[in-house]
Amino acid sequence: MKAYRLRRGAGRTALYIAVIAVSLMYLLPLFWMVRSSLMSAGEIFLIPPVWIPNPPRWSNYTKALTTIPFGRYFLNTMKIVVFNLLGTVLSSSICAFSFARLRWRGREFFFALLMSGMMLPGAVTLIPTFLGWRAVVPPNSYLPLIVPAWFGGGAFNIFLLRQFMRGIPLSLDEAALVDGASYPRIYAQIILPLSKTPLIVVSLFQFLGVWNDFLGPLIYVNRERFFTLALGLQMFIGYYTAQWELLMAAATIVLVPPVILFLLGQKFFTRGIAISGLKG
Amino acid sequence: MRKEEAYGYLMAAPAILGFFIFTLGPLLASLWLSFTDYSVTNVYKFVGLANYKRLFSGADPFFYKSLGVTLYYVALSVPITIVSSFLMALLLKQKFKGRGLVRVIVTMPSIVPAVAVATIFLWLLNPDIGLFNEILRALHLPTSQFIYSETTVVPTLAMMNIWTMGSTMLIFLAGLENIPEQYYEAADVDGGGPIYKLFHITIPMMSPTIFFNLIMGLINGFQTFTQAYIMTEGGPNNASLFYSVYLYREAFTNQRMAVACALAWVLFVIVLLLTLVVFRTSGWVYYEGDRQ
Repeated sequence: MKAYRLRRGAGRTALYIAVIAVSLMYLLPLFWMVRSSLMSAGEIFLIPPVWIPNPPRWSNYTKALTTIPFGRYFLNTMKIVVFNLLGTVLSSSICAFSFARLRWRGREFFFALLMSGMMLPGAVTLIPTFLGWRAVVPPNSYLPLIVPAWFGGGAFNIFLLRQFMRGIPLSLDEAALVDGASYPRIYAQIILPLSKTPLIVVSLFQFLGVWNDFLGPLIYVNRERFFTLALGLQMFIGYYTAQWELLMAAATIVLVPPVILFLLGQKFFTRGIAISGLKG
Repeated sequence: MRKEEAYGYLMAAPAILGFFIFTLGPLLASLWLSFTDYSVTNVYKFVGLANYKRLFSGADPFFYKSLGVTLYYVALSVPITIVSSFLMALLLKQKFKGRGLVRVIVTMPSIVPAVAVATIFLWLLNPDIGLFNEILRALHLPTSQFIYSETTVVPTLAMMNIWTMGSTMLIFLAGLENIPEQYYEAADVDGGGPIYKLFHITIPMMSPTIFFNLIMGLINGFQTFTQAYIMTEGGPNNASLFYSVYLYREAFTNQRMAVACALAWVLFVIVLLLTLVVFRTSGWVYYEGDRQ
């Protein structure tokens, strides 16, 4: 009995050591980024390295923010994010409503078709899509990054919303139909308000996806004044390869918004990821 | 037509139209373009299999090079990501104080923008003054050139995935939490230890989830772009010339759109074949309900 408890105690200690080691390992790159972003050019090159900047150089942030117009890039990114998100939430929920709650011929076929699109490597549609957009919109337009969101809002989002909407009792729709409600009204006034949780999940994923997108803006946006934050940061790397304190300040600026959003919505994030695994 | 049916079509129309405009249309268009000599400026003509022949003949040395680099990367990064995220999920499934916080800490890096990840690791991996080499030096271990040497660049990029594997880990964690507790209790009664439970309960029960992550890992691995594009630009000496970086270069730097379309279709077929092979050899995947 005693030996058993001892082993359990040793196991607990090992568990806590492992967990603390893992946490430190995962925090280290972010800590090192923030630490380096607050150092002077001299302090950052000291060997052995200094762990805590003294005094912290907040001016690195103002310098980073002024050498490259991150304010403008922030607004550019937000423009794309807001209009993309709006289209995604609206169109994916409308389509999911149709796939989940209306009966029509070919429904299962079209749903399977949409889902098959998810397995397609993006490269195989990239070039014709690019050439098509180039033919219809002026260069540097954000439309290629926004419009597709209004056409269904992504197969994964439809899948996620449909999964949830199928769980709402059909008797609600039937009662509303008896009362003379139309299908769009059932969608807008019954199903949509009940689907808040999955809609938050969809919005969160979409925000992160658009904010973090690199290839899309890289292909469609060339003029510097139309750059997104991701493009701006990449340009910054090219300009300041040796000024690590400024680069780290710029990286911090770019990753703070998604990190805050993740921390606020991490419960929804976890749930969404868990659902995506259920596809398998 | 019934009202319900009419509204059904109408409300699903955006997604169906979107599929034809942004997926099926471009898919077929790129197949067509790959049989032409389209390159933005010229009047293009049908050239049959010429693009494919040129690629496979090795006349463009970058084709086989990038294919080799990408296969090497996938062979490293997929097992690394799956094993490390599975072990992490096992660890974070245990009950301990602060578990929620640790789960947040481990998943957070997965939402950091790829460009920011690249920037941070450029600094950490700096051979002269980066933190990683400082740590190696402090431990009296040999330092590394990491992404600046032909031999270490691909393994380094593959290892970086351990930091951003959070979403794969969460999928495993969700799977682990779905395993009924009774199975473990039954093993307790039979006197099965933790190793027995891992190999006779956990891994078989998790095999569909492992299978899913394997497929997604393969599909994503073949398309790796951002890290290599930003951190190494395919270098040094093309040692990290990933297929997608090569394709991007052909399409947008060299303006050889038709060649890029051929490259994309080759990639598509490779991924499709690999997925089929994995499906074919999926006898190890255990689905509850099909007991024979």
